[in-house]
Amino acid sequence: MDINRFERLSEFAFGIPAQKNMRVPVVIYADEALMYNMDDQVAEQAMNVAALPGIVGACYVMPDGHWGYGFPIGGVAAFDAAEGGVVSAGGVGFDISCGVRTLYTGLKRQQVEPVKSQLADALYREVPVGVGSRGPIHLNAKAMDEMLYGGAKWAVRQGFGAPQDLERMEERGQMEGALPDEVSEQAKNRQREEMGTLGSGNHYLEIQEVAALQDTEAAAAFGLAEGDVVATIHCGSRGLGHQIGTDFLKRMQLAAAQSGIHLPDRQLACAPIESEVGQSYLGAMRAAINCALANRQIITHLTRTVFDGLLPQAKLDLLYDVSHNTCKLEEHRMDSHSRRLYVHRKGATRALGPGHPDLPEVFRAQGQPVLIGGSMGTASYVLAGSSESERRSFASACHGAGRSMSRHQASKQWRGRQVIDELAARGIIVRSPSQRGIAEEAPGAYKDVHEVVLAAERAGLARPVAKLTPMVCIKG
Amino acid sequence: MKQPSSETRGQAVSPGGARWEHFPHIADMGVRGYGASLAEAFAQTAYALIAIICEPDRIEATVPVSIRCEAPDVELLLVDWLNALIYEIAARQMLFSRFDVEISDGRLEATIWGEAVDRRRHRPVVEVKGATYTELKVCRQENALWRAQCVVDV
Repeated sequence: MDINRFERLSEFAFGIPAQKNMRVPVVIYADEALMYNMDDQVAEQAMNVAALPGIVGACYVMPDGHWGYGFPIGGVAAFDAAEGGVVSAGGVGFDISCGVRTLYTGLKRQQVEPVKSQLADALYREVPVGVGSRGPIHLNAKAMDEMLYGGAKWAVRQGFGAPQDLERMEERGQMEGALPDEVSEQAKNRQREEMGTLGSGNHYLEIQEVAALQDTEAAAAFGLAEGDVVATIHCGSRGLGHQIGTDFLKRMQLAAAQSGIHLPDRQLACAPIESEVGQSYLGAMRAAINCALANRQIITHLTRTVFDGLLPQAKLDLLYDVSHNTCKLEEHRMDSHSRRLYVHRKGATRALGPGHPDLPEVFRAQGQPVLIGGSMGTASYVLAGSSESERRSFASACHGAGRSMSRHQASKQWRGRQVIDELAARGIIVRSPSQRGIAEEAPGAYKDVHEVVLAAERAGLARPVAKLTPMVCIKG
Repeated sequence: MKQPSSETRGQAVSPGGARWEHFPHIADMGVRGYGASLAEAFAQTAYALIAIICEPDRIEATVPVSIRCEAPDVELLLVDWLNALIYEIAARQMLFSRFDVEISDGRLEATIWGEAVDRRRHRPVVEVKGATYTELKVCRQENALWRAQCVVDV
């Protein structure tokens, strides 16, 4: 993008004042290099979001922002129901509650290194991954509704994990306000065999090493030390979430027209929060959040089973679990007033600052762990929510490296085998059912995650705590 | 005769002009179909969608599945058609390689043919989550060929 079209708000913030039909300004957090490489469509899409009814503050874009559909990826937008605010299925996306969960192992690199290859094979065998994979359980109609209502809490009741796992998740593992009856039969059908599956595309299960600490005090509070081995899961609500997205994008086309809302882009389909369709979507979307939480809980159980077999001394407790495609009702302070707002985060992570009452006691002093997934060849990061993020971005930060190249371009530039061999030479074992899938997800197809994290820090969204480098990657 | 450009991935043009191609989108993938009729362009777009998942030539068209959709305009009909296909792939765990499509008065009736996913033989790459309204366009070009396209989320 041409940065001259923006108002320079700070070294790491670029603004577009409200103009034409925009109700609020756009603020993009990034450095100059990231801005330069961002697609022009990011600004266009953010300006369209800024024109939606009831939006408050600004439409924010995180440093890993890129061209999405409707909302930009990395977009954050908050709406006030009392001001005619809307909820948008496009503002959450198809992969509802896609997120990242990191587990400790209690092991050091040298303990895992000798069995790394067997570990990769066993994880690849036990954790269903890729197109056509089926999960370890089948859900009948009753169990489906219980899962959609209960989330990870339901999964724990079924024997997948322990109650203390729930303390280390957003919403304590169960999203309130889920309405399983608002989820279509098609969405439920797509999910019957998919509980406990990773999926494909950019989803993965990685064994990682804590390679460096940026903030030793926060790292200590988060239970991380250099050389520790952790396991990280990146996936979402699978077919159920995809179908809910599809169903409501369609219903909201009509709902927007009926409410007299002009859509600059059909993908921005939305409905007033205080409308039948709006409430129906919120109920279904919350059920999908529970599905994602349950899904990551079952995958956690499968991962623990594998470690039990190979490294019985391991203890896979949760560090934390975050979702980065959601719309949540939250309290935020604006101009010294507290307001209840529906915050859409599409490829953005909630990043609550120190002292926030929703945080587990153990994180209260340092802020929320913000889990950032990188590409399979570079690094992932654990950040901590900052006290400034509340007023800068409705307490949000980036979610990953963000793509810099299309899948098509990547598959032309690399061959899967070549990527696997290059990573193996660096000690990173990759297991995947698809060679082309690996090429499409090649590390070079992503932005520099270090630069994204640095920009998030400098912009005051979150501060880096630990850098995680991959040892094993199970890729969909 | 326009060949797929370096920006796109597609297949050779048939005598009637029917063909499909992919066009780039940074995070996802664009699917585009051309045909002498609207129905043919829709069938080609479905082919393009399947080609994101695996090589369509690897799929035996043995089992028929019926699809019906209805929409107020042809662009919404394209999204409905592709989403119906995505649903059948996901819910039945099948892949398809033959699309017999008929469209009249905003109604689409199709029989699609395929088989159960065989991970070793089909070597599927990626799931398609849903068809979007981004870059959505259905039109008749100056050369009389129909073109149908949109971005799908993968």
